[in-house]
Amino acid sequence: MNPNVLLAIPLLPLLAAILAGLAGKWIGRTGAHVVTIAAVGASFVLSAQIAWQLINGEVGVYNDTVYTWLVSDGIRMEVGFLVDQLSVLMMCVVTFVSLCVHIYTIGYMHEDPGYQRFFSYISLFTFAMLMLVMSNNFLQLFFGWEAVGVVSYLLIGFWYTKPSAIFANMKAFLVNRVGDFGFVLGIAGVVYYTGSLDYRDAFAAAPAVAAAQFALSDTWSVSAITLICICLFIGAMGKSAQVPLHVWLPDSMEGPTPISALIHAATMVTAGIFMVARFSPLFEHSEAALSFVLVVGATTALFMGFLGIVNNDIKRVVAYSTLSQLGYMTVALGASAYGAAIFHLMTHAFFKALLFLAAGSVIIGMHHEQDMRKMGGLARVMPITAATCWIGALALIGTPFLSGFYSKDFIIEAVHESERWGAGYAYWCVLIGVFVTAFYTFRMVFMTFHGAPRWAQAEHDHDDHGHHGHGGTPHESPWVVTLPLVLLAIPSIVIGYLTVQPVLFGGYFAGAIVVLERNDVLAELASHFHDPASFALAAVGHPPLWLALGGVVSAWYLFLKNPAAAERLGAAFGPIRKLLDNKYYFDWFNENVLAAGSRRLGQVFWKAGDQTLIDGALVNGSANLIGALSGVVRRIQTGYLYSYAFWMMIGLAGLLAWFLVFA
Amino acid sequence: MITLQHMLTLSAVLFSLSIAGIFLNRKNVILLLMCIELMLLAVNFSFVSFSRFLGDLDGQVFVFFVLTVAAAESAIGLAILVVLFRERRSINVEDLDTMKG
Amino acid sequence: MIVQVLFYVFSAILLAAALGVIVARNPVYSALALVLAFFSSAALWLLIEAEFLAIVLVLVYVGAVMVLFLFVVMMLDINVEEIKRGFIRYAWLGWLTAFLVIAQMTAVFAVRGFGIDTAVGVAPQPADHSNTRELGEVLYTTYVYPFELAAMVLLVAIIAAISLTMRRRPGLKPQDVAKQVAVRREDRVRLVKGVGAKSDAPKGEVP
Repeated sequence: MNPNVLLAIPLLPLLAAILAGLAGKWIGRTGAHVVTIAAVGASFVLSAQIAWQLINGEVGVYNDTVYTWLVSDGIRMEVGFLVDQLSVLMMCVVTFVSLCVHIYTIGYMHEDPGYQRFFSYISLFTFAMLMLVMSNNFLQLFFGWEAVGVVSYLLIGFWYTKPSAIFANMKAFLVNRVGDFGFVLGIAGVVYYTGSLDYRDAFAAAPAVAAAQFALSDTWSVSAITLICICLFIGAMGKSAQVPLHVWLPDSMEGPTPISALIHAATMVTAGIFMVARFSPLFEHSEAALSFVLVVGATTALFMGFLGIVNNDIKRVVAYSTLSQLGYMTVALGASAYGAAIFHLMTHAFFKALLFLAAGSVIIGMHHEQDMRKMGGLARVMPITAATCWIGALALIGTPFLSGFYSKDFIIEAVHESERWGAGYAYWCVLIGVFVTAFYTFRMVFMTFHGAPRWAQAEHDHDDHGHHGHGGTPHESPWVVTLPLVLLAIPSIVIGYLTVQPVLFGGYFAGAIVVLERNDVLAELASHFHDPASFALAAVGHPPLWLALGGVVSAWYLFLKNPAAAERLGAAFGPIRKLLDNKYYFDWFNENVLAAGSRRLGQVFWKAGDQTLIDGALVNGSANLIGALSGVVRRIQTGYLYSYAFWMMIGLAGLLAWFLVFA
Repeated sequence: MITLQHMLTLSAVLFSLSIAGIFLNRKNVILLLMCIELMLLAVNFSFVSFSRFLGDLDGQVFVFFVLTVAAAESAIGLAILVVLFRERRSINVEDLDTMKG
Repeated sequence: MIVQVLFYVFSAILLAAALGVIVARNPVYSALALVLAFFSSAALWLLIEAEFLAIVLVLVYVGAVMVLFLFVVMMLDINVEEIKRGFIRYAWLGWLTAFLVIAQMTAVFAVRGFGIDTAVGVAPQPADHSNTRELGEVLYTTYVYPFELAAMVLLVAIIAAISLTMRRRPGLKPQDVAKQVAVRREDRVRLVKGVGAKSDAPKGEVP
């Protein structure tokens, strides 16, 4: 593989970002999107070419350093690329979704004054994400990790005059700091035990680290690898929004919809999944860490799905769906089915980006109205958006033959096969999650695209009160918005069918992902799997399909056929509904216990520690003490010669007395 | 016959008188300087006496240096006094308290 | 015997003069009393055969330092009355301290003694003995560096005294020799065209 080509893949978007960002005024709106789309397009073409060559065996895996930043005490800090089956897949997904989002943005941000800035940000994000997935060492991974975090922060707060957006981006930033804290500790642990930041060295040393113990105290120690893996996974929990560090993701919907699709659905939030898969040689050695991963993922998958049911903001429903799906991926990681996780990551990137962009299209059509209660019946005015959204929804709930079906079904099967501690709990979570997913997805679809058009009613009210005029009628979005929808709909349908065989069972990840033989659940599944078509047909005999169908039918009954029943149901489960409406009180807990507690603790330290002890007692206290002593001493310092002479006499008398007594 | 005792007693009395003088004339800088001269004289008395009675010439050499330094000191002291008087029209010690802490 | 009598006489004069220095109301009297004290000290030093220092004391102190004192005292117009106020207030403290110091000094010597027999007299020097020569031999050999240093101290004192008291009055017009020497013809001589000079003379030509 030519390292110059590899360098070009991330650097082209960076260059475009700099151009669009710094010379945005000069090159204009058209210039900004032409430059960035060309750069990201080129990156996609190069990535696809490399993927093609790699899969066909024309080139081998590339793992080398292109630049040594510094060497300190034997630890090399380098920029290097590891391009294998795993990263090449990520590169293709990232650049493809990014390309679609770039094109879509032309339409979505059409009227926004920060047009060039937005293109600069998303190109910068593409660069950062590519650096993350192509990295061959922990340091560069961390760089990319933080860089995508920065861009995410910038983009959530893109409309920086909106207080809620600023609150949301600060929240995302802070929550991610918690995760990054664990991540940095994990990396430090790796360096401590293996003495290298390079993946190759670290992975080679994994079995040795697995035998090591980390002494917490004289009597209590934990397995070093478990500690490292859990620390690293805490980083992944922050970035991939796993319970309890998930709270930032729903709020991040304050940002423009294209970045919700790109960053908060398809790519950045999956960085944690990618990271755990990449570090499979480490995680494989720690049963405890994998159980932790499994339980956290399962909890996220099910309980975040519930929240999707009660939310009325179209983007937030999709956001909770993302959380839930990220939970599925994490469950797969926890069950050692890394391949299934990455496979789901890929399919999810397509159909979730599709759903987000469709939601964005609806939002444009509704003139920036996000409340689903004011929608309905939009299928007639927005046929392309509705059709693509249906495809995305069907893929998401796991309709046979569509992409989501294969990836999700194998996760469920893998968890079923797994004998790991917590697998039983996880199995039920993901199984119920299927029903929940179908229910909230189709609740969204039905409330938005079908039924009585409630916007007409709302619009009427509006006309009575104000001068809103004609602009309120929903309309289909321009081609730059619908083209990416169609582009994403195609892989949402076919990618699972086409790639499930090679990716999961064809040994695609053989070199990139390490699974110990005792953990290899996918190998067991392989014995049941013959070809994608027959597998899809066999789904009739498995519960997930019927659960999904049940979800769709319930959604149809409650939100289309008999909305009154939904009201009654909500009233009957009042306390639960309240719990869900308050998102399990996570935000309440964070704000009133953690944040307020920290503020109060800070207040105490400020008042008692800083003001009283340090400022009062130490700084001013020492000065005051000296001042008081000086006040006494200065009485001696009269300034008159004769008093100095007097003191000299006293000194003389004292000296003589000393002579008398002691000398 | 003059003994060392005589001389030392004389020196001590002279010294005490000059101390008393510093207290008595504490307002007049010129008299303070004079008392210091007197004090140095008392010290020189002791030096000379010890030197002669112990048969060691170093004491007299020391007196020589003390005289030198005392001359320099009084010259500079008086010069300062003149400048001071020119500035303030007074040599009253109570007016000179700029060194007050 | 006569030496002893002389000692007591001079001692009495010395102490009386010293007392006069510290109690006189007029600084001029104090200075004159101090002169007397120096004179009697010199006499006492002669008695114990420290001739050189006795003469130096007269020359340096009486001849130079005390003249300087008198000069300054007379030059400065000192308000004696104001100065003397508060004389009595701290007098007791002065006498007390003086008494304390003298008592301590005596006690130190009485108690410790430093191995010196203070009751012995001094052996008279032979007639041809020269105290000055003896001192000079030590001063220019063993103590030659401190001697040079003393010279430096005096030089510094001279310069310091001069620079402290020197002042420039605004109206004075002293000579500046350096400027006088450095002057050039062009600075002083300026050629002007006379009344009778022709106006059509060529430019640049010096008439």
